Formats: sequence, structure tokens, C-alpha cells
Amino acid sequence: MARPVRFNIHPIKADINQNISLANAPEGYGGDGFFTTQLSSVVGLARKNSIWPMPFATSCCGIEFMAVMASHYDLARFGAERLAFSPRQCDLLMVMGTIAKKMGPIVKQVYLQMAEPRWVMAVGACASSGGIFDTYSVLQGIDQVVPVDVYVPGCPPRPEAILDGFMRIQDLVGNESVRRRNGDEYKALLHEYGIQ
Amino acid sequence: MGLTNETIKERLIAKFGEQLSHFEEPYGLLTFEAPKELNLKVMQFLFDDAELQFRFLTDLTAVHYPDQKDRELAVVYHLHNLVDNVRLRFKVFTAIEKPDIFTATQLYSAANWMERETYDFFGINFVGHPNLKRILNVDEMEYFPMRKEFPLEDQTRIDKDDAMFGRGPLPEGSERPAKDPSEARAGGADRSSDRGFVETPMKEGAPTFPAHGTPGEPGAKQDWPTDTTKV
Amino acid sequence: MSVEQHIKLPEGSIEKSTTTLNLGPTHPATHGVFQNILELDGERIVSAEQTVGYIHRAFEKLAERRPLYQITTLTDRLNYCSSPINNMGWHLTCEKLLGVKTPKRVDYLRIIIMELARISDHLICNSVVGVDSGAFTGFLYVMQYRELIYEIYEEVCGSRLTTNMGRIGGFERNFTNAAFEKIEKFLAEYPGVLKEFENLFNRNRIFMERTIGAGPIAADRALNYGFTGPNLRAAGVDYDVRVHQPYSSYEDFEFDIPVGSTGDCYDRFLVRNGEMWQSLRIIEQAYRKVQEFKGAEAEVFHADTPHFYLPPKEDVYTKMEALIYHFKIIMGETEIPAGEVYQAVEGGNGELGFYLISDGGRTPYRLHFRRPCFIYYQAYSEMTKGAMLSDAVIVMSSLNLIAGEMDA
Repeated sequence: MARPVRFNIHPIKADINQNISLANAPEGYGGDGFFTTQLSSVVGLARKNSIWPMPFATSCCGIEFMAVMASHYDLARFGAERLAFSPRQCDLLMVMGTIAKKMGPIVKQVYLQMAEPRWVMAVGACASSGGIFDTYSVLQGIDQVVPVDVYVPGCPPRPEAILDGFMRIQDLVGNESVRRRNGDEYKALLHEYGIQ
Repeated sequence: MGLTNETIKERLIAKFGEQLSHFEEPYGLLTFEAPKELNLKVMQFLFDDAELQFRFLTDLTAVHYPDQKDRELAVVYHLHNLVDNVRLRFKVFTAIEKPDIFTATQLYSAANWMERETYDFFGINFVGHPNLKRILNVDEMEYFPMRKEFPLEDQTRIDKDDAMFGRGPLPEGSERPAKDPSEARAGGADRSSDRGFVETPMKEGAPTFPAHGTPGEPGAKQDWPTDTTKV
Repeated sequence: MSVEQHIKLPEGSIEKSTTTLNLGPTHPATHGVFQNILELDGERIVSAEQTVGYIHRAFEKLAERRPLYQITTLTDRLNYCSSPINNMGWHLTCEKLLGVKTPKRVDYLRIIIMELARISDHLICNSVVGVDSGAFTGFLYVMQYRELIYEIYEEVCGSRLTTNMGRIGGFERNFTNAAFEKIEKFLAEYPGVLKEFENLFNRNRIFMERTIGAGPIAADRALNYGFTGPNLRAAGVDYDVRVHQPYSSYEDFEFDIPVGSTGDCYDRFLVRNGEMWQSLRIIEQAYRKVQEFKGAEAEVFHADTPHFYLPPKEDVYTKMEALIYHFKIIMGETEIPAGEVYQAVEGGNGELGFYLISDGGRTPYRLHFRRPCFIYYQAYSEMTKGAMLSDAVIVMSSLNLIAGEMDA
């Protein structure tokens, strides 16, 4: 009647005790009533578990993002409960979907409206490199207009991949030095994109 | 009994006579050609007539045939009679030097954006259109991209290596059979063009519209906001 | 305003000016990227101007460079909430051009998948109308069942959203037992969920006050604007491509067409809910019909057309004819007749048409998509004249505007 399935027919029952992850305290030296550590570790720990993303969903990857936000793949458990639709109030710009040349200036403008520190995640093949649309009207990747921190390939990427990209952003946020945004290398990066 | 293709054809010939031509029925859909001055008259007749009642404009688009002299651009209308469930297609041809066609927006409001899209892609000037501007492409674009002579890819992009896609200059020592780009495929089943080695013509004079410039060159981006204090 | 500008106006004069509001391409209300420039008089809309093209990906030009199979991936990305319908519409177009006749089992399986896609599309639209009017719960409840629909797609073709499902003549592989079990699970559990969703919204006082009277359109104006699909049916015209020009054996099935009266947002919401119930009915009938095939007929999942359907790999590696056919199909040596064909299917938003002109070459000479979203978005300014700003948002989301389909 139908072709029998050959793989994964005895799925493993998930154990809740193996699936709980706690945010660990950063490394430092502590004693009775005091704990010393690096400022960047504490600030990073606080920031990475409460990133407010701004979804810039343009096309098909936006629908996978809606699946990530829904209860099955829940982005809220990573701290990204509040989706800010205003760039002034968010930390992470998630660009999901094809960016056409007509839309390029708008991505740039939204990026400029974000306050430091800000991160950018390019979700999907179209945002990373133009995807399957190597045409006259599609921007071949948003890194032509804004600096990107994490690229999530896929067409569209599975929600697990988007969550993995989000966890990489969390690593970047957690390990960022407090002096990075004022440093010369960052200034040179922005200068390449024509941003003062 | 219902409306049949023969009845429609007879009524049309009775009204317009020899001016309509090329009656055929590919896959059961009556198709004919009208001279471009008559397109509104034909549509009005099909709309008003009590028996024909083609009151729904399904689609309006254009096709470019670069090889047919004086008949390069064809505007194709698909009409639908919802009461008797009959479809119809008719085409008007125009020369590419002066592609003026009367607009159908007075009759069908749906034609408004469909004609703008056709203008955007092919450059057909719809006479009498209330707002004939580009709709899907960037406003500053100077050419009409769906015409056959223009390439698909953006010629100013720097991150894709054309040689890897079977176009553009190859590394030294390799040869590829040269294809004459003017061999358009209209009308003939010229299979040599679809081996994947499609030369994208007009590399030097290729139109460049909002070129995003190259990274490392500040200010190469045109018109885009660069000052954080002003947004 | 005259006070700020230090202008002294004579006694009894009234001044009025409109505010321009850019409901820009990036906005939580615009699902997908399109722009509305609204002229507001206080809270009322005086005029609305739409700008589209922010995600124009040049599908039609791309299609002139891709052989027929590679265009399926393009069609996925038209109405990406219900991509199997686009895929199958394209395959039906190719089958019409090539003269391929599909067996009944393939048609019934296609219908199951297309109706699941329709449910998936309407679920997004209706739950997002709920979100836009302030009710997030409905969205979370129904997204769980969209995940089940995605699992069914995965069993059939391997991917969730942009499915690239099927081949010219049928499917690439037979449906597995797991696929049929999931379809049964869906048929068992989903009606309860849909009932719960309706209980949340249909007679909810707040929702009704928000949506009744928002963005109405009369039937004759809708026809003149080229509306099709649930938006036209909400205005009162029962035009459905599945009934008027049945494709893929829809004539074997019994289902109703829900029709509204005023064409406002509430009618559109109810019509989409009604269509979901009818889709469930069709899936049940199709499932029973598929179960009735026995023996060799039950193994059929594609038409017998070796010129256009890739042979199975075991045969390619062992038999000569299969190897030759495989080579010819991939390299594009098969004879594709020249001609022009127009095929329409009932997409989630209306009549999705494919106008294909072939000149006998491997790639189409011209392919045009008749996209319903693009055509009915023109009517937005007429629908929101005199409405309030919040109605503008609700009307936009109830029209189910998918930017990928609009700009193509």
C-alpha cells in the first residue's frame, strides 16, 4: 500500500533532566559575600539572556520565523520574549528573506536607527548572499549594506537552524569586550559601509 | 447549450470582419489577434454584448519577439465569461519604436496595475493610463528588463564569479564554443542556446542602476543615509 | 496649526490639513513588505497610495533561463504559505502542454496535499487577523497544527515550507505509512481545534465590532477589480476554479463554496473558516478514496511518461533505456512541444494562473504568473476610503497579502 519507513521508527523518549540548561555564573574569584569577575562577563551574561530581536521578515524565511516564535520552537525561552518592531528599542536585527535593491536603503536606515550595541543576523540564503535569485533586482546579500554578525544558511533554514544562529549570537554577545564598540577596528568596519 | 468557441468567432467576425486574424484554439482556448487600434473596441464589444458577456479580465501581459519586424511587442489579454464559463485570449501587436496601446482601465479597474507592470517590464506606453509609472522595479531604472536583449543578472555584482556559471571570461587556456548573442530564440527551436552556456550580452555598456558600489569605498553608495545623527 | 506658524486667520475661518502617514515597508501590520502612504484627516483615511515591489525577485525573467523542473522551485516562493498548491499548479501547466495524463491515485493524493496547503494558508491569515486585532492566543493554538501539516509535507517531499513537491506526472516517491498516519491524526484532531478557534473569534463581541463594516467591497466592484478567491466569495460571487474548471479530478468530490455578503473583514474571516471546513471534508473523501485502491493500483504514484519523469535510480544504474531517459531529461534533450497554454488553479488567495509560451526549447520562451494578490491589492484604496487607521491595518491583514506573490 505505502512504502514503509525505515529510519527513526523507535524515537528516543526525551528526558527532562538532561534538557535543562542553566545560565552558569561567569568565572571569577569569590568568597563570603563577594564575587569578582570581569565586567564584560557580567554584562555579557545579562545581555545575552535578554536579547530583544527586531524581526525584519520579508518573505518565506519570515514564515519559518513565525514558527520559531510559536510554541513548538519557542524563541522566548532564550530570553527573546519581546519582539520589538521599533528599531530604537531592539538589540538584534534579524533580516529574514530576500532583500531587493528597492529595499536596501530601508535595511540600512533601520540599522542606523538601532542604538549600540547592536547585532545583525542574516537568516536564509537570500539575506546571506542573494540565494537562488541572482537577478538584476535582488541585493546579493545584506552584507552589501550592513555589517552582519551571524549568517544562517538554508532555504528556508529549519527553525532549529534559526535557533542555532540565535545561540551563536548569544555567544557573541556574551563574549564581547566592553571596549569593542569604541575601538578602531569597529570604526573601520562601519566606515567601510559608509556609516559614521 | 452554452457559448462555444465557434459562436464567439462568428460573432466577432460578423462585427469586425477581416480585421481580426489568426484564429486558433491552442489547448481549447480561443485565441485571435486584433490590430492595436481596435483593442478597446473589441473588449467593449465583448463586454457589452448580451450573449458574449466577457466581463472579467483575468490577465494582461506582454511578450517580446525581437525577430518580428514591426510586431515586436505583443500585449496579451485573457478574458473570462463567468456566466457561461468560457475563456478567451486575444493579442495585439505593436512595433517597438512606438509601442502605444490604448489603456483598458476605463473598462476594467484591474487593468490599472497590470498595465503598469507591463510598462515596467516591456516599456509599452498605455495611452490614457491614469498613473503610468514603474511599479515593481526601482523608479530610477532606465531600461525595460523583460526585453530579450537584457541580461538576467546584475552586471555590477562583484561576489559571483561569472566564469563559474558558464559565462564571462574563462581562465586562460580554456575554450568554449562562441554563441552569437543575437540569435534570439523566437519562432525557432534553436536548442543551442539552452545548454547552460548563455552569454550575457552587453557587458561593457550594461545598464547600472543603483549600483551598491564596492565595500571599502566609502561613499560609493548613492543616496542612502549614512549619517546616524540625521535619521 | 496657525498659532504655531504665527499666522493670524480672519474670524470664523476653519483650517484643515491632512497628515501623511507612511505605513512603511517595515511595519508589524504589513505582513510582508509593501507600503501604504496614507493621508489622514485626524483618524480617518482620506486616501491611500500603495507602493509594491520591495521584494521583486524577477521570477518571470528567471523562468526564461530555467528548464521546466527548475521552475518548480521558483513557484514555491510565490505564495509561500501554501507552496504545494503553486508547485502542483505548475506541474498541471506542464502536463497540459506536454499532454501527460495523470492516474486517479495521483490526482487524489495531490488533492490531499493541496487542501492541506489551503488550510495552512487560511490558518496563517485568520490567526494573523486575530493578532492584529489584539488576540495572540488563537495564533499559538493553530500554529501547532500547522506544524503537523509541515510534518506531513516532510514525509512526502522532505521539506517544510518551500516544498518543491512532486514531478511532472505525479510524485517523486510513494507516500509512506507514516504520512498516512499523520494525515489520519490530522483528520482526527484538527476539527476540534478549528472549533475552538471559531469559538474564540466568531461570536466575540470585540472581534465583531472591529471587523464588521471594515473594508467592504461590493460584488460588481470586486469583479471589475479582478478579485478572485476568498475575497471575491466574501463579496458574494461564488467563483471557484476548482468547480468551474476542475483540475486534478476535483469533479469527483463533493464540497460547498462558502459565500459572504458584504465583503468586509468579518465576511472574509468567516469565508476562510468555512473553506477550512470544506477542505477537511475534501481531505476525508480523498483519503477514503485512496484507501480503496488495492493491489498494484495502490502502488501507483506517477504517470507513465518516461520522457518527462525521472526513472528510479536502481533502473538508471542497471537498465539502458532508463539511463538514456535520465540523461535526456536532465540535459534537456526531450522534445517539448511549442505552443501556449494557460492553466489556472485555485490558490489560497484566488485564481493563480500560469501562462506559458514554449518555443520548443528547454526553457520557456515566456512564463507569466497571474498573481491574485497583485491584482486585488489595487482595490485597497477604495476599500479603506473613510475608514479609520486601525481599520486600515485589519483590512490589510484580512486580504491575506503575501508579498512574494504580489511582487514575484
